[in-house]
Amino acid sequence: MASTTAPSLPAVTAYELKLAWPLGAFFIVFFVAPLILLFIVSLYTDTSMTHFGLTQYAKFLLDPFSLKVLGSTLWLGVEVTALCLLLGFPLAYVYLRVPGWAQGVLMLIVLLPLLTSVVVRTFAWIVILGRQGIVNTALIELGLIDSPLRLLYTEGGVVVALAQVQMPLMVLPLITALSRIDTNLSDASAVLGAGAWRTFFKVTLPLTLPGIIAGCLLTYAAALSAFITQTLVGGGQMLFMPMYLYQQASTLNNWPFAAAISFIFLVAVLAVITIFNMLGKISQGYANA
Amino acid sequence: MKLGGRNDLDTVSFYGVMIVLSAICVVLLIAPTLIVLIVSFTSGFSLKFPPPGYSLRWYAALIDAWQLHFAALNSLKIALWTTAISIVLGVAAALGIARSKSWTAKVLDSLFMSPLVLPALAFGLSALMLFSVVGLPVSPLTLVIGHTIVCVPYVIRTSVAALAQLDPVLLESSASLGAGRLYSFRRVTLPLIRPGILAGGFIAFMSSFDNVPVSLFLRDARTDMLPIRMWQDLEGKLDVTIAAVSGVLIVFTVAMMILMERVAGLSRRLR
Repeated sequence: MASTTAPSLPAVTAYELKLAWPLGAFFIVFFVAPLILLFIVSLYTDTSMTHFGLTQYAKFLLDPFSLKVLGSTLWLGVEVTALCLLLGFPLAYVYLRVPGWAQGVLMLIVLLPLLTSVVVRTFAWIVILGRQGIVNTALIELGLIDSPLRLLYTEGGVVVALAQVQMPLMVLPLITALSRIDTNLSDASAVLGAGAWRTFFKVTLPLTLPGIIAGCLLTYAAALSAFITQTLVGGGQMLFMPMYLYQQASTLNNWPFAAAISFIFLVAVLAVITIFNMLGKISQGYANA
Repeated sequence: MKLGGRNDLDTVSFYGVMIVLSAICVVLLIAPTLIVLIVSFTSGFSLKFPPPGYSLRWYAALIDAWQLHFAALNSLKIALWTTAISIVLGVAAALGIARSKSWTAKVLDSLFMSPLVLPALAFGLSALMLFSVVGLPVSPLTLVIGHTIVCVPYVIRTSVAALAQLDPVLLESSASLGAGRLYSFRRVTLPLIRPGILAGGFIAFMSSFDNVPVSLFLRDARTDMLPIRMWQDLEGKLDVTIAAVSGVLIVFTVAMMILMERVAGLSRRLR
């Protein structure tokens, strides 16, 4: 099967790269081509798509409302990622220090949200944060408030709901990164007289940096495009990029503007990914040093 | 946990903070699922928590909810087709790129993984544009194509990981014993990477069944999908029937997860 001149060893242990081409062709036709088309459509100046120009981009980038939507979407991702890291890191840390059966239970708890339908998970937050939800009921019974608080349709509600939805994406890479650390290093640090906090910040945290960056990247990207959670928990008051582009495309049938929004959104996400990847490369060198 | 350190305020406060934060995290992860399950058994007409009483009425109401049946059946069909195509194309691609150090393989790998991080809604819109330019009306076919793009990365990731653990010596011995490449693949490679393929296929299935951003643009009334039906029901009114659907989905997911953990060691393959 392999060409006669090729050495026989790699021929039996490796598979040919051409096996990847059917999927490669599929991706070029149904993934790359659509994205190129998206860019072309975004260059039309009018909804009937007859003239080319940069009007759509100017319309977005000079409009305070659109810029505010973009800004609040990017900021939402930062808030969700920070909350996931704050709660997810301790969970990954504790996971590696509990007995085997407890690890099994914890893993099930971490994986369950990852595989449960997003609509179901988001729906759960509507039940929890609603006027008759568990938080309001508890606060009223404790006598802390007289009338139900508005928790649904607030930014805090969206952040907490998204943190739960995306938490597994943070915890799983952290568990992998933490499990690779040589425990002798923290023992050595302790023997040399460093306290638990100092050991954590000077030894554990720097060594897990590649995992932290991988987790943050996945969480951030997922939080930005979490259409369902953003719309159902955020309600009509808060507009983020995914709903903005859906409204323009579906309700208003303004394809060129929707395409421009998509493209700006894609570029923003790509920029963030590039920054994370660069940080990842730097931290890898740091962690291996 | 503590080794040769000083049992002082420092150590106590450190582990105290770690345990409290991780406990909050566990509650955050599990509470929503439990609360939905409890509310789905309510005897009342609202999503009040705790429920005024318990009954199976909302599960009984599911039996007549033909719109949900129709959407669930569509979602199931699309997810099965997507999974099948993702496994065939994805495993082949994984074989091609797993051991290759070439530049092309690296580019292909990044390309295949990019749907995981790029906003799926933007892809959904661009796929709709392509299909309308080509003159292909939205149909189950366009849905399967769109879903395959966003689901195939999971199959590739777990298959590449499984292939990385496959000892090349096994293939060499198989070849030295006279086995052809196809025979070696069937009898050596495939059985050894099967758990990885299964785990990836399972995640691909679940994410197709749950997909909203791509389906939103690529379906029509004839191809109503379950998560979108539920989302639209929830936007209109807070229907308790949705709690019962959620209950069914949660039980299904947990059962499948435990099965896949046994068969394919799911949790090891997701890290």
